[in-house]
Amino acid sequence: MQHRHACFSLQCPYWVSKPFLVILFYLLQVWNHDFFWESMKPRGGGGGKPSEDLLKLIDRDFGSFEGFVNEFKTAAQTQFGSGWVWFAYKDSRLDVGNAVNPLRSDEDKKLVVVKSPNAVNPLIWGYYYPLLTIDIWEHAYYIDFQNRRPDYISMFMDKLVSWEVVNSRFENAKATVEQMECEDERKRRQEEERFTIDEAPANAVFPDTDIVSE
Amino acid sequence: MAARSLLNRKTLATVLRRDSAALGATAAAHSRGLHTFTLPDLSYDYGALEPAISGEIMELHHKKHHQTYVTNYNKALEQLHDALPKGDASTIVKLQSAIKFNGGGHINHSIFWNNLAPVREGGGEPPKGSLGWAIDEHFGSFEKLVQKVNAEGAALQGSGWVWLGLDKELKRLVVETTANQDPLVSKGPGLVPLLGIDVWEHAYYLQYKNVRPDYLKNIWKVINWKYASEVYDKESS
Repeated sequence: MQHRHACFSLQCPYWVSKPFLVILFYLLQVWNHDFFWESMKPRGGGGGKPSEDLLKLIDRDFGSFEGFVNEFKTAAQTQFGSGWVWFAYKDSRLDVGNAVNPLRSDEDKKLVVVKSPNAVNPLIWGYYYPLLTIDIWEHAYYIDFQNRRPDYISMFMDKLVSWEVVNSRFENAKATVEQMECEDERKRRQEEERFTIDEAPANAVFPDTDIVSE
Repeated sequence: MAARSLLNRKTLATVLRRDSAALGATAAAHSRGLHTFTLPDLSYDYGALEPAISGEIMELHHKKHHQTYVTNYNKALEQLHDALPKGDASTIVKLQSAIKFNGGGHINHSIFWNNLAPVREGGGEPPKGSLGWAIDEHFGSFEKLVQKVNAEGAALQGSGWVWLGLDKELKRLVVETTANQDPLVSKGPGLVPLLGIDVWEHAYYLQYKNVRPDYLKNIWKVINWKYASEVYDKESS
């Protein structure tokens, strides 16, 4: 995960070739744009509202729906250069890459607004489930709004966001996370039940000790 | 460096017309010994580079984009000026990205306006003299330089600049790219920008849409090699 993130800051190991990065860029941009088109509803039919469940979590994590909208708009206005801004469901609150939260609870699942440069997508950071995105490359708004990015962002939030789609992505994300937690719990119990030292197979070696079973 | 830094009477009048609050801020900043950057004037009309670059793009690019960099650069520097004597380390560090982005934007665009000239003022005429010879020596020919710059500029992902620079230490010309508003010096302290081409989408989208290679092909018709040669002669002596 960290390796993939390092790729986008161009600090790749020597064996990650430039052609690979170019292909990855285009792959990501395809995904990002598909996700973006699906996030919108045409002819001012966007709008609608977040579902009750989603709204509850928005209130918890942003203070209010307006608080969320402000944070999303501010992030979109302050991203330097090309990129995307995401509203996402984050599985673990730990902000350190690759860190696994040993004591996961419902409190850890959090709604966040994050920015990413160029073609980067929060999926590569792990634990993020994108719910909504806005493209803030200049090509997304220049013909209609020229340099007036804030106007484009307001128009998007007020008139184009399809909350139906966002709500269903949220339900999917919750279901996926719950499923993964059950899997993890099952695997953990399996590991514990697998064997104790007394039941170890013959000649098993325990790496941390000099114990070799008889 | 092209940035006109002194607050002269003409600029003062422009500021007065634009925003009296800004004038107040500028005056206040000056009285505290803080330098205020201003938008440099173009030495040609917005429409003078047509058809290579449209007047609409030039006006938006200069009046809106570059002006915004200048305004935000000044704002960030003022905040830095306040935070330094207080030893407010977290604010000082937090401001670095805004300073780099907006200051870089001001530096890069100031160079860019000098890199362009209308055809009737020599825009597009290939370089002669020592820069011309240096280009032939380092790239083989002027055409090969153009090819290299265009290839690098087209391949740049996202926003950034493509440069022809002079490496003062190695005494040779280089073609480099920088991301976002990073100035050329961020790629090496000995690098001097001779020619920069803005490949942010705002530099070409209204006219060329997504076909950046067409923009790159056409911009050579209005490149001001006189300026690049002057800088080269000065920095390579």
